[in-house]
This record gives sequence, structure tokens and C-alpha cells, in this order.
Amino acid sequence: MNISRRWLEAFLRRPLDAQELARILPMLGAPVDAIEPIHSELGPFVVGRVLEVGPHPDPKATKVRLTVVDDGSGERLAVICGAPNVTAGKSYPFARLGTRMPGPKGFTIEARPIRGVVSQGMLCSARELGLGEEHNGILELDTDAAPGTPLLEVMPIDDDRLVIDVTPNRPDLLGHKGVARELASALKTPFRLPLIPGSEGATAPNPRRAEGQSGVTGGVTITIEDPEGCARFFAATLRGVTVGPSPAWLQQRVTSVGMRSINNVVDATNYVMFELNQPMHAYDLAKLAGPALIARRARPGEKLVTLDDVERTLDQDMVVIADAERAVGIAGVMGAAQVEVTAQTTDLVLECAWFDPRRTRRARRSIGLSSEASHRFERGVDRWGGAEPMRRCIEIIQATGGGALDGEPVDVWPTPTNPPRIFLRPARSAQVLGVDLPVRRIEECLVAIGCTVLAKPDDHRIAVDVPGWRPDLVSEIDLIEEVARVHGYGEFPDELRPYRVPVREDAIEARATRRVREGLVAEGLFESQTLAFGPAGDKNAVALINPMAAPEGWLRTSLVPGLLRQVEHNWSAHTRDIRLFEIGTTFHAAPDRGRPIEVLRVAGLISGGREPGHWTASGKAPDFELWDLKGLLARAVALAVPGGTCQVEGSKLVARSPESGFAGWGGLVDQTVPPWAAPVFGFELTISLEARSGIRYTPLPTTPAVERDVALVLPAGVTADAVRAAIITAGDASLESVAAFDEYRGKGLMAGTRSVAFRLVFRDPVRTLRDQDVDSAVTKALAALESSLGVQLRTT
Amino acid sequence: MSDHTQLMSVLQQVQDILPGIPELSAEALESEHTRILGRTQGILTVNVLRALKDLPPEDKRQVGSLANQLRQQFEAAFETRRTALREAASRSTAAGIDLTMPGRSRWIGGEHPATRVMEEILDIFRSLGFTIAVGPEAESEWYNFGALNFPADHPAMDMHDTLYLDLPTVGEEGRLLLRTHTSPVQLRAMMQSGPPIRVVAPGMVYRKDTFDASHAPAFGQIEGLVVDEGISFVDLKATLIHFARRFFTADTAVRFRPSYFPFTEPSAEMDVGCQLCGGKGCGACKGTGWMEILGCGMVHPTVLTNGGIDPEKYTGFAFGMGPQRIAMQRYGVPDIRLFYEGDMRFLGQFNDVGQSEGRNVGTESGLPPARPPVRPPVP
Repeated sequence: MNISRRWLEAFLRRPLDAQELARILPMLGAPVDAIEPIHSELGPFVVGRVLEVGPHPDPKATKVRLTVVDDGSGERLAVICGAPNVTAGKSYPFARLGTRMPGPKGFTIEARPIRGVVSQGMLCSARELGLGEEHNGILELDTDAAPGTPLLEVMPIDDDRLVIDVTPNRPDLLGHKGVARELASALKTPFRLPLIPGSEGATAPNPRRAEGQSGVTGGVTITIEDPEGCARFFAATLRGVTVGPSPAWLQQRVTSVGMRSINNVVDATNYVMFELNQPMHAYDLAKLAGPALIARRARPGEKLVTLDDVERTLDQDMVVIADAERAVGIAGVMGAAQVEVTAQTTDLVLECAWFDPRRTRRARRSIGLSSEASHRFERGVDRWGGAEPMRRCIEIIQATGGGALDGEPVDVWPTPTNPPRIFLRPARSAQVLGVDLPVRRIEECLVAIGCTVLAKPDDHRIAVDVPGWRPDLVSEIDLIEEVARVHGYGEFPDELRPYRVPVREDAIEARATRRVREGLVAEGLFESQTLAFGPAGDKNAVALINPMAAPEGWLRTSLVPGLLRQVEHNWSAHTRDIRLFEIGTTFHAAPDRGRPIEVLRVAGLISGGREPGHWTASGKAPDFELWDLKGLLARAVALAVPGGTCQVEGSKLVARSPESGFAGWGGLVDQTVPPWAAPVFGFELTISLEARSGIRYTPLPTTPAVERDVALVLPAGVTADAVRAAIITAGDASLESVAAFDEYRGKGLMAGTRSVAFRLVFRDPVRTLRDQDVDSAVTKALAALESSLGVQLRTT
Repeated sequence: MSDHTQLMSVLQQVQDILPGIPELSAEALESEHTRILGRTQGILTVNVLRALKDLPPEDKRQVGSLANQLRQQFEAAFETRRTALREAASRSTAAGIDLTMPGRSRWIGGEHPATRVMEEILDIFRSLGFTIAVGPEAESEWYNFGALNFPADHPAMDMHDTLYLDLPTVGEEGRLLLRTHTSPVQLRAMMQSGPPIRVVAPGMVYRKDTFDASHAPAFGQIEGLVVDEGISFVDLKATLIHFARRFFTADTAVRFRPSYFPFTEPSAEMDVGCQLCGGKGCGACKGTGWMEILGCGMVHPTVLTNGGIDPEKYTGFAFGMGPQRIAMQRYGVPDIRLFYEGDMRFLGQFNDVGQSEGRNVGTESGLPPARPPVRPPVP
């Protein structure tokens, strides 16, 4: 919402400072997003009086004249002027030497000779000052101010436009009157409507209530056929109006809030909208069939060409304004071109109505057309306040274009209601706000925003009649908020008080996430975040109805594609060493197509050097390989799937959880790698939300361990895991651990076989093992290996 | 402050550096040398001398001679330290070890900057007796809007551009969508257990926003909810001010501005004094001196009722904030998209190892970086 500082000044009858407003308004609930100075660049211009006008000494310079200008400095300045209307004795805006002209390409006035005469400044037209398109000569000032008086003192047109951010619950702040009311309360000063220049004393009559659904004003029949969509309709008929350019004051107001000045009638309706938050509409009476205006539901398939020259098909949920024959506007959104007021219009009908916020919003959305009017109707205009904007609009039109009312304005209101009355319990206010404000203070705060209060001491309640311009106030808590707001949030104490501690533990997801994150960071990986959207994943992917873009039309079923895109991003930045992980949600369609199944997962990708290069190894470090991934996967499984296992299934590494089976995978990622980069390895696991298995202490050994290394020859197809399992099964009770620690293929071995060295550790919990104990255990294991797997001790 | 006093205080500050010089590292030594005695930017060699000419003659003489004296002291101190460093290095080289060669390091990892901020925030609330709650990211209209007192067809929805799922509606709960805020967790927490409730709920939320420097279609949010007998606006202010002063600094200015959320009333925005300019007004705070940190308010009675809690007996407050946005302010990150690129050079900046050790974040291929590293904006 655009607010003009000068307009507010007119309400409060006192000067205001834009910076001061920007400090006060946020604390009232309307943050100022921007301050845009208007015409502040006219500061250096002064009133210049032309003393003499004569021909240019160069006879060929017929288009310009030489004038003498008094700029208050006491010198007689020679100024060349090309305007036909320059007249001795009159005053004009004058740019002294060194003045910068307004506009983006604004040049600076310099002493440059024009056909041999040096001009000591410039007399300016309205267009040169950025005050309109008129260029029929220089701007004659209707003033007797002394030459040298700053122009802005004579023409107070400099202003500040404040762009305020109005929350949807405060439609009253979409008009200057509402903002002025808040300011008046904050600044403790009165406010009243600004005077309309040229209408001094003249006040339009109050509209007359019509009986039932229909009324007549000036021969025009006004009917409400859809009282849900249009609860109230004020109308007035004006005849003999001159439609033309608005006077300067009206243009200034309308443009100060960012609207274009059209003509005095349209400008008057816009003025009222920005002043009183009541959108109005003017129809050319001559173009209305009937003449009548009817608020009704649109007919099936009804069409309308709106002001923007687009033919629109209407639906029955929409409220239209129609004449006796056809729709002439979508209520509260936009009118039709065929009934618009033009320069030829003399008789007109004014509409000032209340349209249902929801219906307006739905209509606006379904035709994809937003306007200043729809913005206001959607948020709610004052259902009880239509008479004031109607009178105001009539006054402005009459002051700027003459004309006379034909009959009294009419007020069609089929089902009159009163503004709501709400009861406020001061004790409830104290309960919510934590401070027991005196009843008098509560009443003061409510009166400041326009409520009428009636204390009822007998039942400890205050009866509050809320003003029509605050449709957001519907219940007691709304009033409590207003009391807190007007009293000032800063006025409430902020001392920490004791509280009851809830018995509730952290969500298991939060604990698991933290554990996995900390573990993987310790492994040297960086946590990343990706967006949860992408192309269709698997067949259980969930699609979005309204995605940002087609390639982002689905919710992810895996974290890996997003991370892979980040690997590519790193490559595009020439980063080779990459270690990323993400903990996030994947989404999977449920079998019953109900709420999607959300799975908390972790995925990681590694590529490039296994460690930072060091000079002791000529700056080189080996790249990550499958064994790094397998180790990382084992670590990730321990973190994410406590009690889970990691095993080889087919050619893949698969993680399984004791509770739910398949928990994820790890391995080389199928990805095209630039020649200078390294292969990408990755894993993805479902984070287990089972309570973590408890850690138990194992007594420290009191006896020494005995180690035996054996080099075994494994025939083709026998895995290290199988050998390990066979050794454990052959099982001597004193075998503590067994692990492969070396592998050899090649010379000295039979084709197809390989040698794997295992380290066996033996320990007895109570006695020290003798060599022969261990020897017999190894012999037993070797025998078992030979018979079950054909594995032999390596002899070469 | 007059030019004279100002200059004298600059000289005093410079003088205070002097005793530390014998302990500077070789790298720090050279950068201090440039800063104080550099030819183009040096404080003593250029800045002070330039300011000198605007002083009255007697001041000029006093300040000038002091500056000159300092300059000689610095030159001597730098030279002494340089020699000491050179000798120490050559001693170790003579023994066969050049201790100036780089040490061996391991890769380091790190949390995402938004996570760092989030964890820091959660820790503060944990210490105030809050526990962590979570809720689903795919929600129904009822949980995301209706139960939170959003009226149907209301302009309040304009602030929540919603992504809808291509799935059938779920009974009375309406269409399925990606939650636009973490506030639905308020309801889930209320339904899960009665008062007292004191939870914070971190999680991702989604908006149909164009991905640009200040908007992302998915971002983190932290919701907070307190419900019990006797909880009031005073407790809201006290708790959140306490949070702000622990998260920022103990003397941070805090203010509450009226605002509007359908699910709280009274509603407020909490601002803290701009951490960059200290409240004077700068580019980061758009000249206001304040930075918006979170939205908050007293839980609307309708929301309590929808959560199965008697609003006449119990009251509560709720708040919500965005860790990404706060991380942007805290670390001076100018573009939210950096959080979603997974750029190792970016992620490597948010750790406690220090920038000079940043080498062990990763090595480059030897080509120049595609984009200069992110630096906080200069206030």
C-alpha cells in the first residue's frame, strides 16, 4: 500500500517527517518497506519574475527571445527563453546556473551561449520539471511570492511515498484515513478529513435507505438480486458533469500513491478509494440500458469484455453488475469498457458497494486479474461506512466538474445488520497478557481504534461495539490483541518466570539425525542440503500438481540424484575432492494413495583424494576406492542402523536392519566422470527409528592373546567371508577374532587361485594359552577349510 | 571528536600492537607490516600523514613527531622479528629438518551452516526445558491451514504459495500438500500430550517461490510451542528475549512489533538490533537498524481447541524462525542458493578449524575458481 506523507499531513493538520513515520508505523503494525521521495529534486528551483521580454539580438534566432529575470539575487539576469507564453511581469519556475534538472538524464544548467548570448539560467515548463506531459510553454505561477522564493514553498508538491506492508487482517490501513487514525492515537493528536478544494461548505446529502432489494435514484433502478455476494449498494446519479483533466491538487494526490491521473471523475473514485478504503465505480448513464444497475450472479456462459480489452467467460459463483441487458462489470474486480466514463460523458451513476470478500477473491483468482479494488474487497471494506465515501466522491466530482445530483443518493440494503458487539473480560485479558491493566486503560485502547465501549461492572465484562472498518475484530481475543498493541508491546515486562518442566523426550528422529550427522562429519564428510524435487524417480514417486517447473514435478524417492547434481556442480567449479552427505526425507506413495510414506534417510558421496596430499608423498594422495566406501558404509550403518549388518549380495554391498530388512546399499555410483576427476562412490541408508541397542561393558582381558598368521590359497569362487565363517564354525572356544589382512595373486599360484592371509587371535579368559593349544586349534581350522572349501595352506 | 583526538587514538591503537610483534608468525608479520608501514595503505606511512595536513600547526608537529617515532620503532621491531624467524628456521634446517614445511593433516568434515545455526538455537531452547518434536512434511490442508485458523479463501493464504500433491484428498482433512510452515507440528504436539508442553520443532518447509537470491522453494524452519496454565505474553517476551541475548550478545537490543498470523493472537515480529551496524542503520538492515528474526504470538484459542486443549484453562505462545535466513545474517552469506549447491569451497568455510587450515577441505585441479569465495559484506 502506498501512503503519501502530505495526505497524512492533511488529515493530522501538522507536518510529518518521512523518517519519523518509518519509525512509528512499524510499531503500529505497518512496516515501511520503502520511502520514495516525490519531487524532492525540485528543491533548488526558485520563483523567477520576468522583468522584460525582448527579441534575441541575432535576427536569425526567431524562435527564442531574450528576457531579463529577477531571481531575488538582486542581479538582472539575461535568460534566453523559447516559450511562446513568456510574459513580462509574471513569475515562472526558474533554474539558476548549476541547477540539476529532474529526470534520469537530468542535465545541469550551465552558462552556455545561445546564438551569441549567454543565458544565465532557465525558465521551466511543467514537463521539464517532471510535473506532467504539458509542453505548451513555461509554467506560469499564480503567486505573488517574492522572486527567489523556493519553488516548493509556492507549489508544495514535494512529497514522500511510503510503501507500507499491510497485513491481510487490516483492510482499514489500505486507506489514508485508517493510517491517520493509528498515527493520531500514537501521536496523541486529533485527525479529521482533509478539505476538498473548491467544495467549501458544500456537502452532499446523506443517501436514503430504500425498502427491500431495490431502489431508484435519478431515474436509475438499483437492485440487489444476490444479497450474499453484494450486501449493500449505494448509488447516486449526477447530471451535467464536465469530464476533463483533474485540477493539480487531485492529480497530485492520485499520482502520489502511484495511480495515473485519468480524468476528474475516475480520479475522484480513486481518491476516495485511497482515502477511505472504499473502491467506487462511475458508469456513463447514457450507456446503461434500463437505466438500471443490478448486482446478481453471473449467468452460465455469460461473457464480458473487461477494461483491459479481454473477453472473459464468467461463472455463476461470480457477482456481476449488470444493466437491464447485460453484465457491465465483475463486481469488485473490474468494469467493462462499454460503460466507462469518457470525455463525452455528462450524466453518470456512482456505485459504492460491499461485495463478499470470499466471492471477490475466488472471482479474482479464477480470472487471474487483480486490481486495487479487488485487493480491498477481498480484505473487507466497511459495510456500515458507505455513506461517507459516497458523499465524498460526489463532492469531489462537483468541485471539479460541476453537475447536479438528480434526486437523493440511494442505499439498497436488503438485510440490514449492526456491527458486532463483543464482550471482553478484563480478567481474560490479564490471563493472556500477563498484566492486569486497569479497566480504564483497556477502554482507552479500544476507543483509540474506534470502538464504542460500555462497561458493565455487574458482570465483569466490557461490551464493545467494534467499528465497521475493522472486520478482523470478531472475538474477545481480537480485542485483547488490540489492547496489547495500542498499549504497546514494549510496555509489557519481560522477566523470566519459573515454569513446569514437561515429561517428554526428544523425538527419536531428532536424536538419530544428530547421531548420524556427527558421526559422518567425524568421517570427514560435509553435510549438504538439496531440494526435495526432481524428475520422476521410481514408480512409487509422488507427483506435484503445481510444480515450479516440469523437471521438478516429483518428490524425491532417493537422496542420491540431488547429491550427484552437487558433485557435478563441484566439478564445474574444478573441485576434485568431494565428500558430501545429506540427511533428509524421501517420499513414497502409500499403497492406499493416502498420505505419502515419509522416510528419513542418509546418503553420502565421495570422490577424489583419500586424504590431503602431503609433500612427503610428492603432494599426491591415492584416490578413494571401493574399500574406502566399504569402510565408510560400515561406519554409516553403525550410526544409522544400529544392530544392522552390511553384507555382499550379488555384486552389491547391502545393509540390512534386524527389524525391517533392507536398509540401504553402497558401492560405485554409475556416473560419467570428467577425465581429470575421480570415480564417485556412494551409499544411501534408511535411518532406523528403533531405540538404539544398549552398549554393555566387556571385562578387560587378564590373559595375553596369541596371534597366528596363515596364508591360505583360495580356489576360484571362494570368498574371504566364506573362509572366515568356516574358521569360526570350526570354532575353537579360544578363537577371539579372525580377519583377512593381505591378498596376493599371480606368480607361484595356480591359475584361478589367490592367496589371502588371515590373522587369527586366540585367547583364553582364565589361563595363558600354550603354543600347542594354539597349534591344535589352527590345525583343526585348516582341516575344516580343506574339507569344506578346498582351501589349503600356502606353501610357496 | 576532533581530528586531533581521533588521530591520537589511532596512534594509541597502533602503539598497542607493538609489544605483540615478537610473537607474530612469518605470515602475520608480513601482513602487519603491510597494514602499518605499507606504501599504499599503511596506517603510519600513508593514512596518518594524509590526515596530518588538516591539523593546526602545533598539533601537526606533535602528532607528526609521534608518528615518526612509532614508525621507527615498528621498523626495528619488524626487522628483529624477521631476523629471529629466519635464524630459527635455518637452525632447524641445519639439523636436517625444515620445520617450516607443512604438517600432515586429515580431511575434515562439517555441518551445513544452516544446521550449525539450527543446533545452536535448539541448544538454547533445550537448556530452557524444551524438547524436540517433529512432524510430517507432507500434510493435509486441515493441519497446515484449517486447524491453524486460516479462514478459507482468505488473503492470509497469499503468503503461503503452496505445492499440492497429486494424490486424492484425505477425508475431512482436504487436499495433501507440502507443509508451508512447521506450525502444523504445534497441533501434533498438543494432540500427542496435554500441557505442560514446551517443544521446539525443526524441519523443512516448502513454498512455491521462485528460486532466487533471497527465496528458496524449500527451507528450514524452527517452530516453538509452550502451553500451560498461566503462560502469558510476558512469558513469550521473556523467553524470546532470553533466546536472542544468548544467540547474539547479552546486550542485544530486542523489540516486538505487532504482526498478523492467523494462528496466534496477539501476534508479533521480533527484531534484534542489527548485528552489523549495531543499530545505526546499514545496507544489511535496510537502514532501519533492526533485523527481523522471528514471528511469534499467543496461541489462538481456536488452535488450542483444535489441538484438544481447553483455551479457557490453558494459554500458550508459539514462535517460528528460519535457520537459513539467520545463517545468512550471521555469516554474511548474500545468496540463499549457496546453501543448496553443495559447493565444497562454501561448506568448508563453516568449521572451527580456521580458514588458514582450509586446505584440508579439498584441493583444486589447479585451475582458477569459477567464482570468487563468499565474503561477508562490509558494513
